[in-house]
Amino acid sequence: MDVTIKIRRYDPEAEQPGSYWEEFAVSVPDNATVLDALIKIREEMDGTLTLRCSCRSAICGSCAMRINGHAGLACKTALALVVDENNAITVEPAGVMRVIKDLAVDFELFWDKIRAVEPYLQPAGAEPEGEYIASNESMLHLSGVTACIMCGACVSDCTVLEVDPTFLGPAALAKAYRFTADPRDGNREGVSRERLRNLSEATGMWDCTRCNECVQACPKGVAPMDRIMALREQAVEAGFTNNNGARHTNAFTESVGHSGRLDELRLPIKSVGGVTNIGAMLSYAPVGWRALTHGKMPPIRHKNVENVENVRRLFRKLDPELAGPQIGRNSPFG
Amino acid sequence: MKYAFFPGCVSQGAAPELYPAAKLICERIGIELEEIPGWTCTGAGVMQEKNLLFADTLNARNFAKAEQMGLPILTICSTCQGVMSQANKRMTRDPEYLAEINHHLADEGLEYKGTAEPKHLLWILIEDIGLDKVTELVTRPLAGIRMAPFYGCYIVRPTEALDIEEHPERQTSLETLIETLGATVVDFEGKTRCCGFPILTINEKNSMAMVGKHTSEAKDLGADAMITPCPLCHLNLDGYQPKAAAQLKRKVDLPILHMPQAIGLAMGIDPKDLGLQKHIMNTQPLTVKLGARI
Repeated sequence: MDVTIKIRRYDPEAEQPGSYWEEFAVSVPDNATVLDALIKIREEMDGTLTLRCSCRSAICGSCAMRINGHAGLACKTALALVVDENNAITVEPAGVMRVIKDLAVDFELFWDKIRAVEPYLQPAGAEPEGEYIASNESMLHLSGVTACIMCGACVSDCTVLEVDPTFLGPAALAKAYRFTADPRDGNREGVSRERLRNLSEATGMWDCTRCNECVQACPKGVAPMDRIMALREQAVEAGFTNNNGARHTNAFTESVGHSGRLDELRLPIKSVGGVTNIGAMLSYAPVGWRALTHGKMPPIRHKNVENVENVRRLFRKLDPELAGPQIGRNSPFG
Repeated sequence: MKYAFFPGCVSQGAAPELYPAAKLICERIGIELEEIPGWTCTGAGVMQEKNLLFADTLNARNFAKAEQMGLPILTICSTCQGVMSQANKRMTRDPEYLAEINHHLADEGLEYKGTAEPKHLLWILIEDIGLDKVTELVTRPLAGIRMAPFYGCYIVRPTEALDIEEHPERQTSLETLIETLGATVVDFEGKTRCCGFPILTINEKNSMAMVGKHTSEAKDLGADAMITPCPLCHLNLDGYQPKAAAQLKRKVDLPILHMPQAIGLAMGIDPKDLGLQKHIMNTQPLTVKLGARI
């Protein structure tokens, strides 16, 4: 198979450093991976091409890079499946992290975040007399997260990290979940209260946009975003609800549970803690005014869907705590 | 062709211009829409992080009603599309889970049999109707208009839930549509990224950074407008663009069109009937260029 590999290159020691595209025409077997092609280029065409790789079997996590704009492992990506109609692909270094040279990036940001979540077991309270008991089921569940090979593909494509490097990010939050979901971590009931409290703060679990980029990028099926959603569930369950993220989730569910649909006028107000949050209310004012003058305001009187009692019955049955006894009567959403 | 219509909350709430625009173009194309009676919100991914079972049950309820109507589901919201597709996968690949959900639905005499296949209007135009039909109806081609596609996360990821492998054309559906309408595609990096809407009330600074990044990138590549099949993206990219531009300390002024509005414009429909005057970002430079002044 004759393919064209278009590589985004960068040499910090060049006279005028700057990234540029370079094309390589290379002939490889039909079943070659992207990594096979890159190694062939380095060995036979340009020895200055810099890339990291080791195991070639999606175990070591060294060769994450952007292939056709999306992060993945070069060793796990079959060329034939990703080439375009001209038998060409683009290869770039992973995103978010600083490029050192060509396809090698600096993992400092990645490891800083992993370290920040204190990735080791922290049992609270007295030690048990014997060993810690963990069910087979809970360990099997955790194996889905411990499958992470720290390749950085999720961090590369995270839409939040792209605009805000202070976000903990998908890899570290998934790693944190590996401990909050471990029955040996936290108190005797296995609830990691301290972790959940810290992770509920700014730059933590509630800053994720739920864009699914990390789910798509992860070569090991860890689905970091799903773990972040599970963290949110745990945090709300543990009572850490005094933040806009938790309020938003609860208010959203209440709105739909009470009326069947979203009350877009009241949801943002409830998310920021009610009309008494003067700062937030003032910041909404210009947006609200612009919407009003363009005939775009959501209806002031939010209507219930027909046969809403069926929705409310499900709400009562499936989320009794949030629905409360007053559902449908003194509902905050009318 | 007739469909069970799932409009989604936003098309009747904060983006009220979308609903009539979608109805108008469907009528022209010959797509008959019958709204699912008493449909509920999909949960938009938000309810899912709090109570997945409740959210999935509400989606199954919508699906069961569409099954009763004997019609395939049509939606006009990328977020609804993704959330429905994900819920559907969870239910149809796990019969025990589906049985549990059906147990809850039985109270109102409903049962979801697992046959729903919710589809966005964008996919329906390409896969069911055929773009030839759309081409036939284009009386005012958007010639000379440079248009940037903005998909919305949930209609592109995760690919497994959206059957992208079976339908690779879905990955370029918006570009294909733009070309069908006679406009020129402005390809840019942000087209499949996040608009920032989900974190608007949680981290507004980051949300605005996303709006600013994508709209200014498209603008700098010469876009006259951006087109999106997601009303939630529209809320942020249009409604919050002034705030995002202020944070970025620059002018952007990029009109954002709902996908059906762009189709309607190319079909010669009056911009006013499509609700273009309801946008926060002025659409007049675009309509003037088209000779379809509001």
